[in-house]
Amino acid sequence: MSVEAAPGLSAAGARDGTGSRSHGAATRLARASARAASLLGSLALTFLGLTAVTFFIGRMSSIDPVIAVVGDHATREIYDKARIAMGLDRSLVEQYLIYLGKVLRGELGSSVITSHPVLADLMHFFPATFELATVAILIGVAFGVPAGVMAAARQGRGFDHVVRVVGLFGYSMPIFWIGLVSLFLFYGKLGWVPGPGRIDAFYEDVLEPRTGVILIDAALAGEWDIFRNAFGHLILPASLLGYLSLAYIARMTRSFMIDQLRQEYVTTALIKGRSFVGAVWRHAFPNILVPLITVMGLSYASLLEGAVLTETVFAWPGLGLYITRSLFNADMNAVLGGTLVVGGVFIGINLTCDFLYRLADPRLREA
Amino acid sequence: MLGGPGAVGLSMMVDAQAIAKLSPRQWLAAEDPASRFQATCGSLYRAGRALLANKLALVGLLIVIALVLAALFAPLLAAGVSPLTQDLAGRLAPPGAAHWFGTDELGRDTFARTVYGARATLAIVALVGVIVAPVGLAVGTAAGYLGSAADRVLMRLTDIFLAFPRLVLALAFAAALGPGIENAVIAISLTAWPPYARLARAETIAIVRSDYIAATVLQGASTLRILTRHVAPLCISSVIVRLTLDMAGIILTAAGLGFLGLGAQPPTPEWGAMVSAGREVILDQWWVATIPGFAIFAVSLGFNLLGDGLRDILDPRSR
Repeated sequence: MSVEAAPGLSAAGARDGTGSRSHGAATRLARASARAASLLGSLALTFLGLTAVTFFIGRMSSIDPVIAVVGDHATREIYDKARIAMGLDRSLVEQYLIYLGKVLRGELGSSVITSHPVLADLMHFFPATFELATVAILIGVAFGVPAGVMAAARQGRGFDHVVRVVGLFGYSMPIFWIGLVSLFLFYGKLGWVPGPGRIDAFYEDVLEPRTGVILIDAALAGEWDIFRNAFGHLILPASLLGYLSLAYIARMTRSFMIDQLRQEYVTTALIKGRSFVGAVWRHAFPNILVPLITVMGLSYASLLEGAVLTETVFAWPGLGLYITRSLFNADMNAVLGGTLVVGGVFIGINLTCDFLYRLADPRLREA
Repeated sequence: MLGGPGAVGLSMMVDAQAIAKLSPRQWLAAEDPASRFQATCGSLYRAGRALLANKLALVGLLIVIALVLAALFAPLLAAGVSPLTQDLAGRLAPPGAAHWFGTDELGRDTFARTVYGARATLAIVALVGVIVAPVGLAVGTAAGYLGSAADRVLMRLTDIFLAFPRLVLALAFAAALGPGIENAVIAISLTAWPPYARLARAETIAIVRSDYIAATVLQGASTLRILTRHVAPLCISSVIVRLTLDMAGIILTAAGLGFLGLGAQPPTPEWGAMVSAGREVILDQWWVATIPGFAIFAVSLGFNLLGDGLRDILDPRSR
């Protein structure tokens, strides 16, 4: 991404030769704001692309939106009037701009099933998916990164093979199948975990939803029974998703670390007296943080998608279940609204990763 | 042995004898190939041998071959049993002599349905591959070769498509256009092509400054000819590796769509849909859902193993 600094300020800096401190700071600020503008620009473009796709999909639907409003028995006049009122007689570009305006204001339409505004529904269901995906990514990172690093350090030996096989199984496994099978095993046959759903029916609606994340709410309210119950429900789906995430993260970490450990600076560190563990963690590991952040972002995004299937299997009342249920009820507003929100979260993940790059790698902090 | 035409004739005879003495293997492994055909055959032969030496990759290759054979020769493999005949009296029968994998909730033979289900899987994999690789190659090589404005525009486009959620977008497509294999393929392809564009662009940028490209330009080759005949063939090996590895994920996505009822429609057997159908009876009749799911897992594993093996041969730097 090329950075075009504001012409006036850079010219000022050039005129000053080496530049006094204030000019240096001004150029830095200009460069930083130009970079931020460029970033926001590409985000806006991505969001526009997303809305264009959802708009296009909505138009492709075979359901006539006018009939959906006025009903089958409306006369020709009412049909035409409604059509004009809904703006369907205008050009496609105009319709898209109207749609875009509505989206930016948060008006995603109303759900046919729940008759709530779609945005309100999505905000209601999102915390459950967030809880699931976040616990899963924590498991994935906490186990996957050390496993990958250690596998790279012991390349070719027993531990490496174990990690590779475990990882290979992890990203070949269909999440809905393993979810079903483990539900059958651990709930049906062994009874180790409580069944599907987020919490036992006994405890539903007992807690006042402050964050929407039951674990946090229960801990804040001091209701440890509810906390344990919710945790029991969470552990199986989160572990399965965590395993998938772990497999991918461990594989990529291993691959990055192998590249790093091959480099000369590692040999130099070892010759200078560093222990092997020290060389691995303090010299090699920080160099892979930037691509690792990318990998973690990608993994989190795929966890959100994987949650769609997991939520169906475990009857977890999250975003994915909402979207699939709306799909089966031909609730286009809800499906498209959900797609936009998920796409928006993906964009948000990209943004967070960009921010984390600058934290991780000092070279990226300057333009 | 001397003099004019006789000598020429004799030397040609000697050469023919020398060539005839080369066994097929020697011809393939020759260090100085006499023609482009021989060089291509030779490199394919060497790659094939390296692949076969890698045991895990061999397992992957066998699984993929088994998938293709099952799809092509399904009636033969299922021993003539139809995947569609219902037998409500014999529904949910456990695996046994009559039905190797048992029967499902409508009394259809699970083994036959699993074998025929390979067709839906292979169809999706093949269609997505055929769409995604050429599109990605075209966009990537054009972006890398043309540079400047075209590059920026195309890469921006690629980034936009990279940000789309694959499964959710497929759901939205299905909601609008109705379920079915074609819509699933379109939805998956829309989100699957960007990585190939990036890959092709990276490779193109690396070779665009080389002398032989400059030579073809000087010879008057059009941009299209340069891209298709000189640049694209060099990107193909990375694209193939990436494609094989991606196939594993695409199978999982397609099976996920089938699980939600958005892939091949009943009564066509499809593994994801079979798992979904077996969901209700999982506690007592585990085979209805477990066996098709295991097939999905096995095929995905096969593509992963094969892809890893291909990457070790074709691109050993990026282990």
